[in-house]
Amino acid sequence: MALLISLLLGLTFGVGLILAGMTDPAKVLAFLDVAGNWDPSLALVMGGAIGVAAPAYALARRRRTSWLGTPVPAAVPAAIDSPLLVGSIIFGIGWGLSGFCPGPALVGLGAAYQPATAFVIAMVFGMEAYEWLLVARGNQFKVQSGEA
Amino acid sequence: MLIDWNNFTPWSALAGGGLIGLVAALLFLGFGRIAGISGILGSLLREQSAEAGWRLAFLCGLLLAPGLWAAVAPDGLPLHTHTVDAPGGWAVLVAAGLLVGFGTRLANGCTSGHGVCGLARFSRRSLVAVLCFMGSGMATVFVSRHVIGA
Repeated sequence: MALLISLLLGLTFGVGLILAGMTDPAKVLAFLDVAGNWDPSLALVMGGAIGVAAPAYALARRRRTSWLGTPVPAAVPAAIDSPLLVGSIIFGIGWGLSGFCPGPALVGLGAAYQPATAFVIAMVFGMEAYEWLLVARGNQFKVQSGEA
Repeated sequence: MLIDWNNFTPWSALAGGGLIGLVAALLFLGFGRIAGISGILGSLLREQSAEAGWRLAFLCGLLLAPGLWAAVAPDGLPLHTHTVDAPGGWAVLVAAGLLVGFGTRLANGCTSGHGVCGLARFSRRSLVAVLCFMGSGMATVFVSRHVIGA
């Protein structure tokens, strides 16, 4: 049951990305091109998403367990460190070169969109490269607080 | 700065964003999980854990979304306005994929994990991440379009 719900949530997330225009790399690049013909749409995507999610997170903060009974992770005040800064800057360069970030690229892969497919294959290699570096550096980059 | 009013799509952007936020909300309230795509994919690549099931199911849903969209929407998928014609375009695309994969794992999040979930939790870490990737993304487009491509 939880798997089916996860599948439906992923499906809804993907439909949201398509509806929002995030799966069109040209639209994403038009958002990043502030010095050109700027398309501010994607700021509204983020605004709309945060507007819906923020009250839910505020509500969740008062609960200890999720609806499924699993523990709700507390917000961990993690440090702003160099992996966060360097990683985000590297991510932004790739985003600006292609107009793809991970979610929309996966949706594009699902549509057998060739640029997205090439991008996702390279992205998986990039993620693996991080794992190798992590092992080589003795896990010093590993952040305990989970994603985000 | 010139705003491209012809391509500005405020309502679909807000509605699509709302759906993304709804999923982030339900995933957190229902499962206690963060809807961060790079984290979901990266964790699947890293290890086999009890979490692998929902992560895989969520990613399958993402992959199925264009099929559902194509079945319902009359105008087809808004994917194909960007075509790679120059051979150099593929090299740039592969380099971009490597950078996005590596960078999002190093920073522990991408547009969804930091940009939506993190900002919605008022995380200072995520705010810094968003400023960094928005800034470097805009700088990259500026260089590629207005310095090199000018």
